[in-house]
Amino acid sequence: MEPTAEQLLWMYETMQVIREYEEVMAKVYLEGKLPPHIQKGLAFDIGSGPVPGEMHLAAGQEPVAVGVCAHLRKEDTVVGTHRPHHFAIAKGVPLKEMTAEIFGRATGLGRGKGGHMHLFDAEHKFSCSGIVGASLPPAVGAALAARKLGKDWVAVAFFGDGAANQGTFHESLNLAALWKLPVVFVCEDNKWAISVAKGMSTAIASNADRSTAYGIPGVRVEKNDAVEVFEVGGEAVARARRGDGPSLIEVKTDRYFGHFQGDAELYRPKGEVEELRRNDPIPALAAHLRARGLLDEAGDAAIRARVQRVVTEAYEFARSSPYPESAEAAQHVFV
Amino acid sequence: MALATGTRTLTMAQAISEAIGQEMERDPSVFVMGEDIGKYGGIFSATGGLLDRFGPERIMDTPISESAFIGAATGAAAEGMRPIAELMFVDFFGVCMDQIYNHLAKNTYMSGGRVRLPVVLMTAIGGGYNDAAQHSQCLYATFAHMPGLKIVVPSNAYDAKGLMVSAIRDDNPVFYFFHKGIMGLPWMAYFEGSTTPVPEQPYAVPFGEARVAREGGDVTVVAVSQMVQKAVLAAEEAAKEGISAEVIDLRTLVPLDAESVARSVDKTGRLLVADEDYLNFGLTGEIAALVGERLGSIKLKAPIKRLGVPGTPIPYSRPLEQATIPQVGHLVEAMRGLMTTSVA
Ligand SMILES: Cc1ncc(C[n+]2csc(CCOP(=O)(O)OP(=O)(O)O)c2C)c(N)n1
Repeated sequence: MEPTAEQLLWMYETMQVIREYEEVMAKVYLEGKLPPHIQKGLAFDIGSGPVPGEMHLAAGQEPVAVGVCAHLRKEDTVVGTHRPHHFAIAKGVPLKEMTAEIFGRATGLGRGKGGHMHLFDAEHKFSCSGIVGASLPPAVGAALAARKLGKDWVAVAFFGDGAANQGTFHESLNLAALWKLPVVFVCEDNKWAISVAKGMSTAIASNADRSTAYGIPGVRVEKNDAVEVFEVGGEAVARARRGDGPSLIEVKTDRYFGHFQGDAELYRPKGEVEELRRNDPIPALAAHLRARGLLDEAGDAAIRARVQRVVTEAYEFARSSPYPESAEAAQHVFV
Repeated sequence: MALATGTRTLTMAQAISEAIGQEMERDPSVFVMGEDIGKYGGIFSATGGLLDRFGPERIMDTPISESAFIGAATGAAAEGMRPIAELMFVDFFGVCMDQIYNHLAKNTYMSGGRVRLPVVLMTAIGGGYNDAAQHSQCLYATFAHMPGLKIVVPSNAYDAKGLMVSAIRDDNPVFYFFHKGIMGLPWMAYFEGSTTPVPEQPYAVPFGEARVAREGGDVTVVAVSQMVQKAVLAAEEAAKEGISAEVIDLRTLVPLDAESVARSVDKTGRLLVADEDYLNFGLTGEIAALVGERLGSIKLKAPIKRLGVPGTPIPYSRPLEQATIPQVGHLVEAMRGLMTTSVA
């Protein structure tokens, strides 16, 4: 399944938005977290600054999100992970409200109650969770609902290679296969689960091979490339939409930052990231677009300017939004 | 305190890993399983430096398969090993609760005492750094509620080491909860009162013996873990207003030192139970009830006060989180309230 010019350009611009968003976040996250603004003796304080708490960034992993989400409609469901920004952006979650949530502001998706690992956008049918392996069962449920409602909606569960060793992975694949549900399971193999390399935690090389245990198609994409993910993702989504059941995809992708911001990455071989960045999927897609005559200097500059603008506006919106009143803490336990 | 020879000041994280290391040297059947406990040394440094000393056969990084490795700890313990398993955050218990609760906690009983399960399950608890609803809970009361697990909740480095030694030597399953905000990590604000002198040689702090963290005559404050540190600071604040607070650090919930609580409340006549766990159906209610059951002999001067996380998940946003988790200021206010109300 070849991407159209429009799809290629959408993937390119969306990857740029994701990258810019994550790079700005890496800087904003450090505000207020370093000496001398923190407790004496600390090198860093995770609980300080405008964006406290853990922060997992997805720079380098853009192809997985855009290559799959390029095939989705607003009515399709995406369930993401603790590293959720790229999925949310690719699914069309509004950047301003998402950023405000990450800043804990009243204008955020969850009025500041959820935070970066817990983004909920019912309108764009996006959610995520900080619990590893938690994305698969709700995606199965969304697919079940689609069938019961008589809709041709598809559900996508994204998860990391680390999550593929969680019980929910196996239970969900079996259930979706048994009931032939319209789900696409997409594993992001960025080689690492915090400090544990995939080879140290997973008995087989490719999680895609685990599909045979459940009698569903399984494909591994060996290259961190939007077009390759697009092709494989397109088949899986089309298959689900046709009513032919679930599929499993594993994409080899790259984590450019630490597991979370502030991670000293002492476990990571020196120079690994520099090496990975040489195969950055964004310039690769730009080259592809240029070769096909779909992008020139002026077009690229216009895209970059747009990307800068939407990302800047999102952060400005978040910063200038008010915090919720503390009395709000007691609200929304129930509706 | 007169320092014994070989006593230095350690953070709670250092004290815990020292205890584990010393017990591993003493007893070859002790080994550790968990996520990122090897090279990383544990996300909260509870196993720092242990991989280099003991190697990957005894300091075992696991896949993200908590049911499998915690269940495996139970299985290995039944065969005579003494496993320590780390559940990275207590909040993740949901994915492995069956192995913890229906097996680790019950097999000894169901076997009529024939199966011994010397497992230490250790885990990180607590909020205060805006890690939101799935990474900030305490939940020790959930596990204390259900029979079959000893529940250890240290508040400082000295106790952390001695309680870990006791936990490893115990022939029963022990669930050991360390609060992130007292571990003394270089990347998270913490209460410095938790960093204490710690003797180098191994020593055991017995279970079921509360500690008087601060003596006082007007109000008894009962707490565990980081809340003990907050209570001590609150007591110092209150002292400026002439309120003399006694702080009782329970140290373990199972077994529970009810007598120490009763003795102190008998002396002060006023009780504040301050907790970072959920307020409803938890530790605060339990302590209040044990005093209530002794009202035949204890004379209260004021109705009991409880502070805890009030019936909501932990919100992310800073002002909401700060309002939800009891802070030093809330404790001081509660003590004032105790001094100005009286029983009917
Ligand atoms: C059930 C559960 N166990 C452990 C964790 C802690 N944890 C958070 S992210 C992570 C690694 C996840 O690795 P992977 O699934 O490969 O995703 P990646 O971080 O590489 O995107 C771990 C162990 C968790 N959040 N939930």
